[in-house]
Amino acid sequence: MVERFGAPPSPAPLPPRAEPTDLSRDAPLGKTMTAPVKTDKLIEGATGAFEVIVGMEVHAQVTSQAKLFSGASAAFGAAPNAHVSLVDAAMPGMLPVINEECVRQAIRTGLGLKAAINLRSVFDRKNYFYPDLPQGYQISQYKSPIVGEGEVLVDMPDGETVKVGIERLHLEQDAGKSVHDQHPSMSFVDLNRSGVALMEIVSKPDIRSAEEAKAFVAKLRTIMRYLGTCDGNMEEGSLRADVNVSVRRPGEPLGTRCEIKNVNSLRFIGQAIEVEARRQIGLIEDGETIEQETRLFDPGKGETRSMRNKEEAHDYRYFPDPDLLPLEFDQAYVDALAADLPELPDARKARFMGNYGLSAYDAGVLTGEKESADFFEDVVRAADGRTRDPKIAANWVLNELFGRLNKEGRGIAASPVSAGQLGAVLDLIADGTISGKIAKDLFEIVWTEGGDPKAIVEARGMKQVTDTGAIAAAVDEVIAKNPDKAAQAKEKPAMVGWFVGQVMKASGGKANPQAVNALLKSKLGIE
Amino acid sequence: MSVDAATVRRIARLARIAVEDDEVEHLQGELNAILAFVEQLSEVDVTGVEPMTSVTPMVMKKREDVVTDGEIAELVVKNAPATEDNFFLVPKVVE
Repeated sequence: MVERFGAPPSPAPLPPRAEPTDLSRDAPLGKTMTAPVKTDKLIEGATGAFEVIVGMEVHAQVTSQAKLFSGASAAFGAAPNAHVSLVDAAMPGMLPVINEECVRQAIRTGLGLKAAINLRSVFDRKNYFYPDLPQGYQISQYKSPIVGEGEVLVDMPDGETVKVGIERLHLEQDAGKSVHDQHPSMSFVDLNRSGVALMEIVSKPDIRSAEEAKAFVAKLRTIMRYLGTCDGNMEEGSLRADVNVSVRRPGEPLGTRCEIKNVNSLRFIGQAIEVEARRQIGLIEDGETIEQETRLFDPGKGETRSMRNKEEAHDYRYFPDPDLLPLEFDQAYVDALAADLPELPDARKARFMGNYGLSAYDAGVLTGEKESADFFEDVVRAADGRTRDPKIAANWVLNELFGRLNKEGRGIAASPVSAGQLGAVLDLIADGTISGKIAKDLFEIVWTEGGDPKAIVEARGMKQVTDTGAIAAAVDEVIAKNPDKAAQAKEKPAMVGWFVGQVMKASGGKANPQAVNALLKSKLGIE
Repeated sequence: MSVDAATVRRIARLARIAVEDDEVEHLQGELNAILAFVEQLSEVDVTGVEPMTSVTPMVMKKREDVVTDGEIAELVVKNAPATEDNFFLVPKVVE
């Protein structure tokens, strides 16, 4: 089925490590026009460099049981029109009654965006005709949104932190869905999405590249996942973005912008911005003007194209919805919600750096998903109250676990190795029962077969040999077999590494590497 | 405030109401009469007065987040001119 919001899932690979740059930007809110130009973000045209300016409108589905103004289910995936009440179908005489949970979630999201919460806001009707909009209008908020200005700090892979201003957040209804490929002359309309609560989050035009735009949406998603206000599932359409793109030569006034509607994956957001910026630069360089218009991104063709047939619908004739009173609550309500917010990604990252001594990069990757951060902390804080070495735990989670998960395209929630099992492996390294090398074999066994790591080590004889007598015998044997190398080692102490390798091999990897090293050095007469 | 003939046609088109050319002049007169009537309100100084949203002081009723409705697809599509598998069928609309 061709669906309006259907899209292939986009892979989200871990960002590459990179050196930090000394270029930084700290634009005060609302003053982005005077922000210094970031020369590394410019796009080179045939006649010089251009700066790309991006602002976004992100539509995030509120996590709730029921819809914004009706008692029908907001759950994804149901038989056609099964999650539809007579209110959602806009039957005559039906009246909307607001879902208090959606209000609560919008306020909590606003608090997570460090935004002003408006104690009084107003619902308006946005009028247009479309077959999947049975009311003939969308209930939205126009002049008085529930949330005002805020900001999001976006960490770039190169170490730069970009501050993106939030203009507003408002509550509105989702529309239904049209399916176009089931019949030669008819479209199929399903109203299950109709009336589901959305938060429209509008950014200021503070974004300067496709990479920043992707990182901004990813950060918004992370914040909302921490808050539990939106599941951020782009494949199911829980998060989609309209992208406003314009270009200018550095220092010139803002150019005319085009809005690319309904881009529904991070990858497509990046591609759409790059393609659209190129198109606009081409027009300017050919001496043509850019028309302000709504465009669609076609991922198959890698181009944006005009939606001219919708042009006239842009006169929405907003007016306050006479079916709804203003939305009002008191500051005490907001304060109570603020007091109850979970630790958010920025705070958690700072804590991981401060308390656990992790690098900004490692802390950023671990806190990028709440589940990853929880997993890491479950490894560090053993069930019996002990604390494990956080840097070793971070290395294992980031390298071994994430590496393995990425290889199989799994998320942390589907990890076959639990935090408890990984913690047990680390305990066995810490108390000298196994070497780091054996630990990797053990990890592999736990990954594929499961089980208690300690019991596996016992059952399969994977214990490290710390008995110096046994190690000494192996060391003597290797030295005896290689007299020429032993002689060289006295001149070149670095050669001891080769001997360590030989002894470890002879012991099946089970000899304690420190013990082997010490014995070799004394027997070879090094130091 | 008054509207011209072009505005009348535009409003009609936005509202999806078919208006014949010979009706425009009459409708223009009616709309302008209504607008002139409403215009009298501007004689009152409402500086600093909150817009009235209700004749009695009320706060908006809210519902709990509980699923209490839906699962009535047959009823929802019952009046539709064309349906299939509980979808509404409409003349094809593709962007």
